[in-house]
Amino acid sequence: MSIKIENLTYIYMPKTPFEKKAIDDVSIDIKQGEFVALIGHTGSGKSTLIQHINGLLKPTSGTILVDDIDITKKKVKLTSIRRKVGLVFQYPEYQLFEETIEKDISFGPRNLGLDNDEINRRVQRAMKIVGLDYEEYKDKSPFEISGGQKRRVAIAGVVAMEPRVLILDEPTAGLDPKGRDDILNKIVELYKANNMTIILVSHSMEDVAKVANRILVMDKGKCILDGTPEKIFREIDTLESVGLAVPQVTYLIRELRNKGFNLSQDIFTIEKAKEELLKILKIN
Amino acid sequence: MIKDITIGQYIPGDSFIHKLDPRFKILISILFIIDLFLVNNFIGYLYVLIFILFTILIANLSLKYIYNGLKPILVLLLITAILNIFMTTGKNLIWSWGFINVYKEGLIIAAFMIIRLVFLIMGTSILTLTTSPIELTDGIESLLNPFKRIGVPAHELAMMMTIALRFIPTLIDETDKIMKAQMARGADFESGNLISRAKSLIPILVPLFISSFRRADELAMAMESRCYKGGEGRTRMKQLKVTKRDYIASCSFILLFVITIISRT
Repeated sequence: MSIKIENLTYIYMPKTPFEKKAIDDVSIDIKQGEFVALIGHTGSGKSTLIQHINGLLKPTSGTILVDDIDITKKKVKLTSIRRKVGLVFQYPEYQLFEETIEKDISFGPRNLGLDNDEINRRVQRAMKIVGLDYEEYKDKSPFEISGGQKRRVAIAGVVAMEPRVLILDEPTAGLDPKGRDDILNKIVELYKANNMTIILVSHSMEDVAKVANRILVMDKGKCILDGTPEKIFREIDTLESVGLAVPQVTYLIRELRNKGFNLSQDIFTIEKAKEELLKILKIN
Repeated sequence: MIKDITIGQYIPGDSFIHKLDPRFKILISILFIIDLFLVNNFIGYLYVLIFILFTILIANLSLKYIYNGLKPILVLLLITAILNIFMTTGKNLIWSWGFINVYKEGLIIAAFMIIRLVFLIMGTSILTLTTSPIELTDGIESLLNPFKRIGVPAHELAMMMTIALRFIPTLIDETDKIMKAQMARGADFESGNLISRAKSLIPILVPLFISSFRRADELAMAMESRCYKGGEGRTRMKQLKVTKRDYIASCSFILLFVITIISRT
């Protein structure tokens, strides 16, 4: 299950005064089992890009191959793409509409035309993955639970479609620190247990550093950096020039290196920093 | 997709027409409509056409926007034409088939009606294309002010219009977003019969209503926390000012008005 994006260009509202090149000649190759983080300043084209992968937007030019099928072609059945590629929008809790949580989560699987037993199995599995107790929550209204729980229900609604590729647009936006960690951990668990491909759009460098094994940086519709976290977080100047940053701890390590401490420059999680710093402290 | 809908779309610009006082633009537009109904021959409409084209030219508008404004009324135009052609009776029979009779008078009236409707839309499109919604409501409020004494809630009406207009793009965006989110969950809005299509709207309408209520609530709270309590004693940052431009525009319109009245037969 690979995703191959070639020379993708998307022009927003062409031939009007509002015309804007949202994506400018982007080519990306994502392999099965990668955990890709997509970062970029607001308006850099991240959300537009991910909507293309799901077939929600048609590119102005360029091709997108999902599993070697060109999804930009007219005759491609969109349900077959959505079966493979799941997309969780930003603030997905605003899309909830059913009377009960169970019904809402089963909306996606039902649209795939599955039978009731299979739908039921998937709903239970999805709720378990996002950490909601099936018996306790299935008959509750999605409007009477807390914000963090709503978010989980909405994510479960996409997870229940059991896609091979899961795209999440800032799944932790607007949650408290505990809620953020919870959701992020659930995503990592899901990734590890199913050998899925995950594309995570995020603003939090700390989150990205913790989970991703590849980072794409977008700016003004172009993909300007692509590589492992080690490689990307060395480019502090480039990242700062496009309004991004590296994790806080990386700044600390840079300061220490400038002061003469013998530390690797590939430290961007607190755990790693702790380890390395303890080593140095023990030597001294 | 849904974003392609244009309702009274404003095209930002810096032209003579854009800079006119909205009150003058509204008054001229109203008088323009009256003038359209006073004209009773094709010569008069020729003058009107010259006036409209001249206005479009100095407003620096592309004809495409004007055409987009006309598109929704194409059906209406067609019905008007058909009704007038077949229902009018006169002296000069041109064509007849069974009980259907087409008279010369019918054709003339049909052409007349279509021209009138097209000009009507063109004229009002120029107003909405060159005036931002805020200016428009400010203008309406200012024009309604004299009627406050007889109980017209001018400020409240204008505020309601401002808020409604302000939220059209927001709601369109929101609808677009929810639609996409449900499509990502496999929802299908295009196929099926009428009933299943109507049913497929539920996943859009429920979230849309909920978020609209939430927005209304938040907006009311935000306005109250900034001490909004209606129009009494409210001043404005941007005062409407009458300039030389407005007199020039008014004079040229009055000229058109007089010419068309004279050309009446």
